[in-house]
Amino acid sequence: MSDFQPVLLAGIGITDSFTRASYEERGGYAALRQTLTEKKPTDVIDIIKASGLRGRGGAGFPTGLKWTFLPKDHPGPIYLCINADESEPGTFNNRILMEEDPHQVLEGTILSAYATRATTAYIYLRYEYPASWDRMQSAIDECYAAGYLGNKILGSSFSLNIYLHRGAAAYICGEETGLIESLEGKRAWPRIKPPFPAVEGLFHKPTVVNNIETVACVAQIVRRGVDWFRSIGVPSDPANPRDPGSYGPKLYCLSGHVNRPGCYEAPLGITVRELIDRFGGGVWKNRKAKAAIPGGISMGILTEAEFDTPLDFSGPGKVGCLGLGTAAVVVLDETVSMIDFLYNSCRFFAHESCGQCTPCREGTSWSLRMIERIRAGKGRIKDLDLLLEIGTTIGMMPGTTICGLADGAGWPIKNTIKKFRDECEDYVKRTNPTGWMVNEPVPALAIVNGH
Amino acid sequence: MIAPRKILTAEMIAAIEALAPRYPDRRALTLPALHIVNDSLRYVPLEAVVEVAELLGLKPAEVQDSLSFYEFFHQDAPAGIVRAWVCRSISCALRGGEEVMEHLCRKAGVRPGETTSDGLLTVEVAECLGACDFAPCMLAGSTLYKNLTPEKMNEFLAHSKVSCHE
Repeated sequence: MSDFQPVLLAGIGITDSFTRASYEERGGYAALRQTLTEKKPTDVIDIIKASGLRGRGGAGFPTGLKWTFLPKDHPGPIYLCINADESEPGTFNNRILMEEDPHQVLEGTILSAYATRATTAYIYLRYEYPASWDRMQSAIDECYAAGYLGNKILGSSFSLNIYLHRGAAAYICGEETGLIESLEGKRAWPRIKPPFPAVEGLFHKPTVVNNIETVACVAQIVRRGVDWFRSIGVPSDPANPRDPGSYGPKLYCLSGHVNRPGCYEAPLGITVRELIDRFGGGVWKNRKAKAAIPGGISMGILTEAEFDTPLDFSGPGKVGCLGLGTAAVVVLDETVSMIDFLYNSCRFFAHESCGQCTPCREGTSWSLRMIERIRAGKGRIKDLDLLLEIGTTIGMMPGTTICGLADGAGWPIKNTIKKFRDECEDYVKRTNPTGWMVNEPVPALAIVNGH
Repeated sequence: MIAPRKILTAEMIAAIEALAPRYPDRRALTLPALHIVNDSLRYVPLEAVVEVAELLGLKPAEVQDSLSFYEFFHQDAPAGIVRAWVCRSISCALRGGEEVMEHLCRKAGVRPGETTSDGLLTVEVAECLGACDFAPCMLAGSTLYKNLTPEKMNEFLAHSKVSCHE
């Protein structure tokens, strides 16, 4: 760790880091030139498989393996979609990569397209990132001018076009089949799988969806090699033959109650405590930390006592969280009410549920109404158990929804009520001293919604 | 059939058609077309939905179905000259996001979702703007306002020339 040098963020702070000239001064596009002349697409897939790279967008699926799911000898077209609909609360590493070093993203995109034999790549970019849009479009224009995009790239037989596609502020478009539906011009309702996108995706054609940070990693792995990537992070657990390990550097987004919020690159496996102390300058206002989100709000919550959990792909799961997610760490200090935290989380998911699956649509809305009722001093102890029931019954894991949004909605509820049960009960008893033990149904309050 | 009074200008249609070669299916132009209309009119009236549908070879209901999903495009009246999105997600809420939103609404005399009577500003809530390193933050037009305080909100209002209450 002490001798770790940032690679994905190496360009940050350099003058004009977003230009092709700057990226090439730092060694950019050399790997692309070499690959197009010396390597076959299957060689690139083999490199990425051997590296152990797992998708950085949240699910952590092995990238090389995902690519091999494409049908062999398909007549085409095959599509590559780059997921830049970064909407998980607390997450902003894609924004920084696109704004500060867009050519690293594009080199990775071109290499990924070469590996998957895609001739068209769409970058689905969220509406909320106008600065990223401008930087990415300028970088794409520079690539066409330099012969890195278009027909017969660098004299090879490989052709590729990259297009930006603007979203319209919907969290669900970050789900890969929701993204595909949105790109096709429909409402962004996630698809039932199978068929998986690799078999039938965008415009009914084989499709790979990869995250911005994932393709940035692809660029660095092809340039620096498999051994470099595997020398960083947490090796697979020898006792678990199904553990693919957590290799490589990761961009951790640190925000909330720390002195220096920011995006920091560290080897996979750093702990929340190390992030706060080494990068975040400690908890703000000389306060103590109470809890932290380990990887975007969907992943649930860690208590302060769990801050030594390694933030690799399997770490957060060992303390009851959903997973590493986007590795966005949000720190809550000792003054934060967990009921307020839960309210914020429930409001987010009630707003962003796409409405397709009843358990998610109704469950997220019902949980918000219950939390509002608790905050209005009309909560009952029974409500905590009802919330817990919602949290454990909506989602892909209990098998009641098509996509994982509902799992993400349920996890903060489950974690908060299990890990902070005493505080939640105290809140209910304190704010509703005469009614907390009541069991009859209580009318719901009207939802305040200004969007 | 072409509607007698066109909402879509020749420029808008040209901008939409310029994107057509990017997609194998014209339905994929739905969102880009709606953005082109919205960028210019600050809303997408129902008449524009009908015309976009005609242009793309779709039924108006198909375009309206997608449009309404996003809750992004205003339809009844144009949004304000500046659309201010104040983030309310967790990282901003922890650092005073709700307080700066309240301040903005009180000063501008509107509730979230409303436009000031002078038509200059629409205030809206946003879910995570992806700028948590600058929480609390707001996206107004294409400008990201960082590390907001009530004082910075006052500066923003003065800059936008919105007539303030109080």
